[in-house]
Amino acid sequence: MGVMTQSPTLFARLRRLNRDRVAAFLMLLPSVILLAIFVYGFIGQTFYSSLTDWSGLAENPVVNFVGFENYNQLFTDLLNVRFRQDLVNTFFFTLFFLVGCLGMGLLLAVLLDQNVKGESIFRTIFLFPMALSFIVTGTIWRWLFNPRGGINVLPTVIGLEPLQIPWITDRTQIWQFNWQDLPKIIAIVIVVTLVWLAYRYWRQARRRAMLYTGGAAVLILLWVLLGGADAVQTTPIPETHGFNVAFVGIIIAATWQLSGYTMAMYLAGLRGIPHELREAARVDGASELQVYRYIILPLLRPITLSAVIVLGHISLKIFDLIFAMAGADNATTDVPGILMYLTAFRGNQFAKGAAIAIVMLVMVAVVIVPYLYTTLRSEHEL
Amino acid sequence: MTRQQVSPRRVLIYVALILLAALYLLPVYMVLITAFKDPAQINLSTVWALPQPVDFQGFIEAINAFMPNLRNSALLVIPATLLSAIMGSMNGYVLSKWKFRGANVIFPLMLFGMFIPYQSILIPLFQFLRSIGLFGGIPGLILVHVVYGLPITTLIFRNYYAEVPTEMVEAAAIDGAGFFGIYRHIMFPISLPGFVVVIIWQFTQIWNEFLFAVTLTSTDAHPITVKLSELAGGEAVQWNLPMAGALLAALPTLAVYIFLGRYFIRGLLAGSVKG
Repeated sequence: MGVMTQSPTLFARLRRLNRDRVAAFLMLLPSVILLAIFVYGFIGQTFYSSLTDWSGLAENPVVNFVGFENYNQLFTDLLNVRFRQDLVNTFFFTLFFLVGCLGMGLLLAVLLDQNVKGESIFRTIFLFPMALSFIVTGTIWRWLFNPRGGINVLPTVIGLEPLQIPWITDRTQIWQFNWQDLPKIIAIVIVVTLVWLAYRYWRQARRRAMLYTGGAAVLILLWVLLGGADAVQTTPIPETHGFNVAFVGIIIAATWQLSGYTMAMYLAGLRGIPHELREAARVDGASELQVYRYIILPLLRPITLSAVIVLGHISLKIFDLIFAMAGADNATTDVPGILMYLTAFRGNQFAKGAAIAIVMLVMVAVVIVPYLYTTLRSEHEL
Repeated sequence: MTRQQVSPRRVLIYVALILLAALYLLPVYMVLITAFKDPAQINLSTVWALPQPVDFQGFIEAINAFMPNLRNSALLVIPATLLSAIMGSMNGYVLSKWKFRGANVIFPLMLFGMFIPYQSILIPLFQFLRSIGLFGGIPGLILVHVVYGLPITTLIFRNYYAEVPTEMVEAAAIDGAGFFGIYRHIMFPISLPGFVVVIIWQFTQIWNEFLFAVTLTSTDAHPITVKLSELAGGEAVQWNLPMAGALLAALPTLAVYIFLGRYFIRGLLAGSVKG
């Protein structure tokens, strides 16, 4: 009897479930299709355009396939020196912006973690720039860094002499290097990293890992010493690049805007560390500084990594802030995001603009894809 | 815990915090005093001085100049935010409670869309909008913000719904509720905090956005950010106008942040994927 009545309902329920499954899939489908077209389809189209010589505003332009010629020109052609300096700018901007945000964020979080009165007011003050548009931030700081006003005349408020810093208008370039030396420089950085890794594996008594990393370091070093790095084709003549000092103001503005983000992340992390852990260390005679150095900072390392990736990918595609602060035409503060905009949308050189965009995409993907992969995989393991 | 006494260390902490807070508020002070100054008064020796007298003329001028763009921003932000929130909620529901084979592949592929530099899709997007007749106006920009908002709204709702016990969903299913019934009677009613987080986040992002706005709209459809950058970028600007404009452009998102800060921070931290 039981079987007789149950099986039809069970059958009905299963059918119901299947119908629901289909409904669920159909509800997700529009978003999947939209993103498939707008993200992957369009990236594909951009990549294809970057392999052509498409330029000009003609309705049906004659477009020829040229392979990787645009990329080749960006990295070696004399006329595209600006793009290479943009990459150098992005590197230094990212570096100092990350150092600034991590340092300020950690400092603010540690200060706020000391049981202070009015913590929420301080937190609100340090975090509010995050709510602003980069355009608003850029407009304000453009005024603050006006060479004949703003920050420069701040000392006069207390009777001192005004500063004479040119800020954004600065044309000096420091830490110059020859672009042709870049393969060598990169190879040496890799060798140093590998040696350091090998040393760590040696300390951990992981012989095999040590041999692999150490061996790789030796091979690359040999390649450099035998002139392999010098043989890599770069620019035909020596080409100087370096850190444009005009970026200092932009780095300050960007740090002002985004250090609250690292503060919030570090603060959340600090709150997650059990009090007993710190107490135990103090009982063992650790000073406050040692508690931070040996207990707290190591526990915050995963947060630092997340912050580096989120902020790093923001700085790799920075556009609005510099547009508002220095203008799109200020060559000393140029970055790939702005050059792409100028090349494609003002110069109508769509193929070259597309190639710059793809280089930007690759830089961001190198940072983001491993991050997404590891975070989502560890989520599934839980 | 021990009673807190006034030690040199604590004094130092407060001094540091107050100095840093003053440093972070310095630009705000500058904006306020410059926005309410008579432009004739803005000169080298008095940049940091309070406006005397307070001059509302520039501010009123700025309101008049920015009004059409504030309107454009509002017309853009409201529908784009609501649409991307509703779609994100549905997606989050499917991806947390109705996982199908391949969902674990589709989700990261969707997420990747929120990290890409938008320059890498801008040229085809520009052509596409032109071909369907949506280039230059606000409806096209709404479409763009809805689509590129989907990854983050989906992510926030998926993490939010993942906290809902599966037993609750199963119990409702046994009571005969189907896919839509469960959403309407269980998921949607408890979604309010999730919607607040997502709406605040999207509102802030879309209001503040610049790249799409500057490349995909024509002059009469320019949102506030584009207008502000034009005004501040011109030669020989009277600085009270851009400062008043910056204030106007910042006020809506600042108000949201100050009154709903808790939800704002939740959206912020969700951006680092793990939620």
